[in-house]
Amino acid sequence: MAESPNEQPLHRRLGMTDEELAAVVEELGREPNHLELAMYSVMWSEHCSYKSSRALLSRFPTEAPWVLVGPGEGAGVVDIGDGLAVAVRIESHNHPSAVEPYQGAATGVGGIIRDVFSMGARPIALMDPLRFGSLDDARTRYLFEGVVSGISGYGNSVGVPTVGGEVVFDDTYRGNPLVNVFCLGILPKERLVLARAEGPGNLAVLLGSATGRDGIGGASVLASASFEAGDEAKRPSVQVGDPFEEKRLIEACLELLDAKLAVGVQDLGAAGLSCAASETAAKAGAGMDVDVARMAKREPGMNAVEAMTSESQERMLAIVEPSNLEAVLALARRWEIRAAVVGRVTDTPRFRIFDGLFDAIGVPGENPAPPIGDDAPSVTSDAPAIADVPVESLGDGPLYHRPVARPASQDALQAADPGPQLRDKFPPGSDLSGELLALLATPTIADKTWVSRQYDHQLFLNTVAGPGADAAVLRVKGTAKALALSTDGKARFCRLDPRTGGRLVVLEAARNVACSGARPIALVNCLNFGNPEHPEVMWQFSEVVEGMSEACGALGIPVIGGNVSFYNASGDDDIHPTPVAGVIGLIDDLRRRPPTASLRDGDDIVVLGSIRPELGGSEWAAVVHGLDGGMPPAADLDRARAVHELVASLVRDALVAGVHDLSDGGLAVALAEMAIAGEVGIRVELNFDGCTPAEGCFAEPASVVVCAVNPHETAALCGAAAAAGVPARVVGVAAGDRLIAKGAFDVALADATHAWRDAIPALMSGATP
Amino acid sequence: MSVRVGVVVFPGTNCEFDVQYAVEQLGGRVELLWHGEDSTKGVDAIVVPGGFAHGDYLRTGAIARFSPVMRAVGEYARSGGPVIGICNGFQVLCEAHLLPGALQKNAGLKFMCETVALRVETTSTALTNQARVGDVLRIPINHFEGNYVCDPRALAQLRAEDRVILRYVDNPNGSLDDIAGICNAEGNVVGLMPHPERASDVLLGSSDGVVLLKSLLAAATSRATLLV
Repeated sequence: MAESPNEQPLHRRLGMTDEELAAVVEELGREPNHLELAMYSVMWSEHCSYKSSRALLSRFPTEAPWVLVGPGEGAGVVDIGDGLAVAVRIESHNHPSAVEPYQGAATGVGGIIRDVFSMGARPIALMDPLRFGSLDDARTRYLFEGVVSGISGYGNSVGVPTVGGEVVFDDTYRGNPLVNVFCLGILPKERLVLARAEGPGNLAVLLGSATGRDGIGGASVLASASFEAGDEAKRPSVQVGDPFEEKRLIEACLELLDAKLAVGVQDLGAAGLSCAASETAAKAGAGMDVDVARMAKREPGMNAVEAMTSESQERMLAIVEPSNLEAVLALARRWEIRAAVVGRVTDTPRFRIFDGLFDAIGVPGENPAPPIGDDAPSVTSDAPAIADVPVESLGDGPLYHRPVARPASQDALQAADPGPQLRDKFPPGSDLSGELLALLATPTIADKTWVSRQYDHQLFLNTVAGPGADAAVLRVKGTAKALALSTDGKARFCRLDPRTGGRLVVLEAARNVACSGARPIALVNCLNFGNPEHPEVMWQFSEVVEGMSEACGALGIPVIGGNVSFYNASGDDDIHPTPVAGVIGLIDDLRRRPPTASLRDGDDIVVLGSIRPELGGSEWAAVVHGLDGGMPPAADLDRARAVHELVASLVRDALVAGVHDLSDGGLAVALAEMAIAGEVGIRVELNFDGCTPAEGCFAEPASVVVCAVNPHETAALCGAAAAAGVPARVVGVAAGDRLIAKGAFDVALADATHAWRDAIPALMSGATP
Repeated sequence: MSVRVGVVVFPGTNCEFDVQYAVEQLGGRVELLWHGEDSTKGVDAIVVPGGFAHGDYLRTGAIARFSPVMRAVGEYARSGGPVIGICNGFQVLCEAHLLPGALQKNAGLKFMCETVALRVETTSTALTNQARVGDVLRIPINHFEGNYVCDPRALAQLRAEDRVILRYVDNPNGSLDDIAGICNAEGNVVGLMPHPERASDVLLGSSDGVVLLKSLLAAATSRATLLV
């Protein structure tokens, strides 16, 4: 075992193909040295270069008059009027969280926050779409508990509230949980900065933590180093988050930008300083010299490769004019953060690395004291560049058009419609009470207070609607406006038909935002998929992107950012294709709290949209009955748009007292959730054309919204629906203390509440729910 | 002229802007007091707000008590000035021995962010002078270390001197005697785990904290009048 990795040439150990090495040689006109190769390997990695996905991602519509910054920057930015803008980003931290759930999730939160404040925005909200295996599994419970604690531990301490998110449990994620993190920040428009290293002679100042050996360019680099040196100490340590360092970094960077002391700021994320320094220079059409001797290091013996590719957390790079350097250093001292001039912008289009040059040639600042055990670096004015590459080439990675193939099993999967079997098993007249209670207790549907109460979701006094609502609603202080945020993703639909599934993911997030009275203004996505070298995965990816693009186009929502996470697999099985959409909506005039997903005694209950017998991929068919084939619900984009606009206007005009979209578990679950929240029963009839009672209860058709309405307003509401071309049907009233659907189910409200509320706490305490 | 409330900011504090916003909504003015400065800038009341002062990597508040500003806050408190510690601020005031006892981890060993019911137990303090004994207020808590403890003698004294100012109706964190907030013997120094500033607007779900913040402003006004 010991010799096999070293028999491979270095570039392969770094994860590069022979063709990629040849491209580097052609670029340089010579063989790259170890440091150069290490930088190319991380910059050209799938994670940094999007080499498998870039060609397809260009299909997303990205433009709208209010978009200030689209995909490709630290975060997308949209204008919301009143001189304000919001910056938004979503990212995955799946693989680190599978290894070490607490720190994996914590550092994911830290990274996404840095992306947002690097644009000059104050981060004001986090959301976390999470996916785990089944909670029956002890390791899954450990992962779930650890991830939630990590988000709580980091997010609460760094001072950014977690206002929403979602948690889905499905066996496809057993070996590979998904931890997606979404962050939104707000900024005065004039504070918007882009990460640009403008101006030759300007200085690159590294702010924040010292640089350690954590997360260095993949285990292959370390494996090779440790085999050469036989040094156990070079093993990668788990990246550990330090929210206190990050909190000080946020305050210091925002003060720095307010005082116009920096021309650009970029966070250090994947590929560390290699990426941050070269990218800021390349985007400005400039070059950059970096001196690794200037970096504060955590451990002795760190070489230039480690320093340049380290992914130590809580570090930012600010581009500063020399005349502002003293002010920047004073600000850093006040916030007790490290600040070191590690680079200088040049007018040559080269990215050059030195070790011990800057002190000798009088670049401001000085080398830090070396870690105990290291000698001071030798300093000489003719120190040669230890790496010297065209600055553009690092960010200009390979572009792959991976083979795409529809899985051979797709037809059989789609043909396995759960409808006939469930119609046989639950003919009209069947008592569905037990089915409803079972659904309410499935962890994906059950109450998530166990999760959300571990998150500070109120800081900054903006949270009008928080976790558990269809969309989080944040007021924008100093204006009449509010923002509505929702993250959604339904992988089972995408597995059955990725094109339709991609559409449905966008529709659900947009529908949730509409339920708070908002109109959608931007979307970010996190695309979690399996191995892109599998043509079937690339087909899923391509189809999902197409479907999401179609829906965004039809709804007029620009995509302002995204993240692709490939290589998610449980054992040999790729995960179900799991795109997550985060939609940002704008409420122009928030006068009162928007209606919640609840009923009041005496309300009429009105269903907007069409109930169809669409059971494919539904929670009832797949989770309760194990029938996971079929086709997903139809995704009629015109209907979706009409329903969203109708619902948003009903909410704005205060015609509805409660509102909730039909989602996991179907109409019966939507009604039960509203009844539980309102502490009142229902008396309804759920008979719909072409549906058995069971289908009417548990199918999951798209673009359906349930409204609770004061009976005096019911006629007006139905009139508005008719004018919008959306079917409206009064199905019953809120009353009593039982959930009664004639000919379908009859359950005590208390039992439904118990099933829904106690399921997750019971599973997590080891008790039987 | 409106009263001036000093809000202490340590590195890691994160509720300073929320307290500022809520105080300003009620007509007060706010002066942020940086932890490194040994001065209370002549304010009429002081709030030590919530957050994670110095990261709270050690025992909560254990480092913050050594920040220069805390010497000035101590002097201010001993001179009778109103000082309110909210959440992390309560922990800091205990560490600084301006209040008895300590806050340990919640009984459930989990962070808790939720709205709880509190009963007002006494009104002769800088934070409750506008409330009535027996009022029940719905105010959010947001803490991992909110489980109040003190030795039996201190508890007997707190009770005997009517210094338990707020009790949980349904104890969420295991606090001794359901204690959510206490004050010093003079009633001018108060610590509580719940966040009144988070219950200062119906748009956010509750305005039950307003009566407490108004009490603080009333105490500040008395102080300002006293010193004129």
